[in-house]
Amino acid sequence: MLLNQFLLLSAVLFCLGVYGVLARKNGMLVLMSVELILNAVNINLVAFGAFRTDVGGSVFALFTIAVAAAEVGIGLAIVLLMYRNRRSIDLTQADLLKG
Amino acid sequence: MQLLAQVSSETDLYVAQNIFFAVIALTMIYAAFRVVTTANVVHAALWLVVVLAGVAVQFLFLGAEFVAVTQVLVYIGAVIVLFLFGVMLTRASMGDDETVAGEKRAMAAIVGVLLFAVMAMALLDSFEDTRVDIDQPQGVTEVSDAIFSQYIVPFEAVSVLLLAALIGAIVVARKD
Amino acid sequence: MFPHLAAGAVSEVSTVTNEANWLLENAWLIALLPAISFVLILFFGKKMPFKGAEFGITAVSISFILAILTGAAWMDHRDNFTLDTYGEKAAVLVDDGAGSAVDNVTLAVGTAAEAAEGDGHAYVAVQKTTQWLQSGGVEFNAGIMVDGLSVMMLFVVTLISLLVHIYSTDYVGGDRRYTHFFAFLSLFTASMLFFVLSDNILQMIVGWELVGVCSFALIGHWWEEKPNSDAALKAFITNRVGDVGLLVGMITLFFAAGKGMTFDTITINENILQGGVSHTALVVAAACLTIAVMSKSGQFVLHTWLPDAMAGPTPVSALIHAATMVVAGIYMVARLFPVFWEGMQIEGSSINFLATVGAVTLVGAGLLAFVQDDIKKVLAYSTVSQLGYMAMALGVGAWTAAVFHLFTHAFFKANLFLGSGSVAHAVHSFDMKKDMGGMRKFMPKTYVTFVIGSLALAGLFPLAGFWSKDEILVNTGGWGILGGSGSAPGSYTFHFVMGMIGAALTAAYMTRCVYLTFHGEYRGGHHDEHADDHADDHGHHGEPHESGPRILYPLYILSAFSILVGFVNFPPGFLAGSKKDPAGWQERFLHFIEPAGSSYFPAVGHATPSWWLAIVASLVAVAGAGAAFTYYFVKVERLAKRTGEHLVGLPNGVTTTNAFARAGHKLLVNKYYLDHLYTGIIAGGTKGPIAKAAYWVNQNVLDGTVDGAGRTAVQSGKLVYEKIDQGVVDGAINAAGRTSDAIGEELRHINTGRVQNYAAIMFAGAAILAGAFVLLLAL
Repeated sequence: MLLNQFLLLSAVLFCLGVYGVLARKNGMLVLMSVELILNAVNINLVAFGAFRTDVGGSVFALFTIAVAAAEVGIGLAIVLLMYRNRRSIDLTQADLLKG
Repeated sequence: MQLLAQVSSETDLYVAQNIFFAVIALTMIYAAFRVVTTANVVHAALWLVVVLAGVAVQFLFLGAEFVAVTQVLVYIGAVIVLFLFGVMLTRASMGDDETVAGEKRAMAAIVGVLLFAVMAMALLDSFEDTRVDIDQPQGVTEVSDAIFSQYIVPFEAVSVLLLAALIGAIVVARKD
Repeated sequence: MFPHLAAGAVSEVSTVTNEANWLLENAWLIALLPAISFVLILFFGKKMPFKGAEFGITAVSISFILAILTGAAWMDHRDNFTLDTYGEKAAVLVDDGAGSAVDNVTLAVGTAAEAAEGDGHAYVAVQKTTQWLQSGGVEFNAGIMVDGLSVMMLFVVTLISLLVHIYSTDYVGGDRRYTHFFAFLSLFTASMLFFVLSDNILQMIVGWELVGVCSFALIGHWWEEKPNSDAALKAFITNRVGDVGLLVGMITLFFAAGKGMTFDTITINENILQGGVSHTALVVAAACLTIAVMSKSGQFVLHTWLPDAMAGPTPVSALIHAATMVVAGIYMVARLFPVFWEGMQIEGSSINFLATVGAVTLVGAGLLAFVQDDIKKVLAYSTVSQLGYMAMALGVGAWTAAVFHLFTHAFFKANLFLGSGSVAHAVHSFDMKKDMGGMRKFMPKTYVTFVIGSLALAGLFPLAGFWSKDEILVNTGGWGILGGSGSAPGSYTFHFVMGMIGAALTAAYMTRCVYLTFHGEYRGGHHDEHADDHADDHGHHGEPHESGPRILYPLYILSAFSILVGFVNFPPGFLAGSKKDPAGWQERFLHFIEPAGSSYFPAVGHATPSWWLAIVASLVAVAGAGAAFTYYFVKVERLAKRTGEHLVGLPNGVTTTNAFARAGHKLLVNKYYLDHLYTGIIAGGTKGPIAKAAYWVNQNVLDGTVDGAGRTAVQSGKLVYEKIDQGVVDGAINAAGRTSDAIGEELRHINTGRVQNYAAIMFAGAAILAGAFVLLLAL
């Protein structure tokens, strides 16, 4: 099997994830797209780990899974807070950063 | 699980393996596409399950058994449930919801395609037809040995991060 | 094997043992007890009859007793430790060849015969270490290091913490977060003890941050009021600035002096002293650690958080912002002294960064103390100023003098803070000009203790401050014509002069403070609608009255210490030859505390005190006090008597008649405009103009370009449409035009405040940069 098979699959997932993060208005859907990005990264890590016969790739993939779990927890908490304050999780309404 | 990795060493099965890979990969790409385009939040979460399961299979292809199991347990078991709870708590419409479709699709698509072009160019340029051959799946022992010796500091750091995230989530989400 | 104390050489073998008196080996218990108390208060505090205070007081009392016993054990160890006492085990360890960093065993300890020569007995620190974890050949250890410095800190921290605990049961009695308050007092005590006991720099960082967190929580104890939570945040964030210095400095030390292998404090110090460590790395480490000291120990220009920290309850100010936490920076420098000694080339020099920061702080904060109306702020600036003394002393190489001043200052400053709290408790205010005055009639006991503390702070013979201040001044080595002898490490004339000015200022502002608080006529009691922010059960107003015993007894004890602790370090030759010769007391502090002749401390010279210097310094302090006395006690008092008004100053004083003085006064009232610099110019500058510039670029450059491109495309499309056959290219052109227009439309909303748009720009930028990079590599 070619290394590029995995890397290109990962690139496709990553770009779809980026598209989702940028295009979605719903906070929940943005978080799901972030999961796509993180999984793409994981495929990359494990593929390179297998390629170099180094267990480090798997170990860091596990770390990424742990970090992703933390990220989902915090992300959902923020979305819930936003919902409580605004009765909506439409990200286009969150524009307080406007200079 | 070991089966998948073992067959990879046998040349005869390369074709079959590649066909299997292609089917899984295409399914994943379609599912990922649906995750980012469907108008229904619950459907998006379910399509995400398909992608995550596909990722687990990819890990098996690469001989990373333990990561694959963790992927199933943590992602499909926990994270997706968390998402569904999130959907429920924010009372997002269970049916189709037109408002979830972004108005900036063109911009996002351009950025996505641009990114993919750059990545594909770099990958094809540098790895051309480099092979990745898995003779032996990584055992749990190897992974655990690595985590608890060489990677102990990142491991501790991750545990502190999880604690911080736990406290942070409670502080952010509690009502008062 | 061990050279004589004054031999000026550094021991080549590690003067460390892991076998010593049980108390010294188990000093970690002292830190553990308050930590247990913290947990107990947290879980059971509210259910207990005294709301958790009993846990804290019991734990700290036991710690205090243990600290005294440990001190006694240390004195015995310092004088009598030989191979014979614990020699067998130590010798066995040597035979094992276990001289590795893992257990840091004694490599060799001087024989009894050698050690018994003269009074110079080997100074052998006690270290107990266990491995916490190991990664890639680097060991992360947890352990304790007990030597004179840490034993002294154990005593100071536990004693003052105990007194503050007792004082607090009255002072914050009835507070709505009483239990919470005691929990954090316990945690703070545990963290500080952990910090002073740590045997490696990693543990020091942990302790350093822990005390910072406790300080944050306690400054913001009454966080319902905005100024309090602002002050807590300010303290926290200012300290983060210094923490960057701490981290960079410690990492530099780890790689340069620890050879990327060990965090062990003693090993790092030894490596530096034995040479072979890059001087550049030491300069960087010393400078970065000085920045850490600037934030934690409130040195110019990062001192601004400390006066604001007075928003916390007064016992906290006494414990944390006067006696213990703020000296963490000083302690760190003392512990890692070789870094500064070598990095800043203290010996034989006449100026360096640390000493100059200290000297500027000393005088700058002393001046600021003059214009404060809040009694606690006077004391806060006084603390900043005295910490400047300590930093300056370390900078000029006067290690023992700095540590001795830390020791004496802890007592009299805690005394003054608790005294101010006692007064404030009676009048429900900290404002000296509005609500105090004439308090000596109402609170004679507090008055006496406060005056003792002030005299000690002003450095008048024979109170504690006199001895330590004099020792610092003499060790600057900058006395010039004033005489003095012995070998001071350098000749820091500028710092000597600043020290003298500081002495005069200290005496003067304390005189002002005492007058405004305790003399004149009582000016308070005129606004009964005043809502007190604490002590809800003290709702009665009217005549202030003396505080209760739980407040007074800590004051008595601290006053006694303020008078007496100076005597533990009589300079050599003091009263020598006379009948009252306290020979057994000469330089006891230096003998027990300074690790002279040990392997981890440089050979620091000591100046011999001069009578002339002591007399001149005392006269300077008396002159400062006299000037303020003449102004307040004589002139203002007389005018007040004549006019019958309540006066806090002369109506036509020098600040109202002289433009120059007025400008100076304004500068001081505005605290040298440092806060304006931070919030207005630096923070405002970065968020104002830069954001505006970015907005302008968005509006004019990007929008213009994008709009122009879109419009040009549309127009050229129209042009072609008119000229060329519509059927052929119509669709293509229109699509191109529309796409350009759409992109223009999309991008002109670039400054929408929506995170996703910014993310899109970021991703696109990253993609373009990566693409350029890939192309460059491919070509």
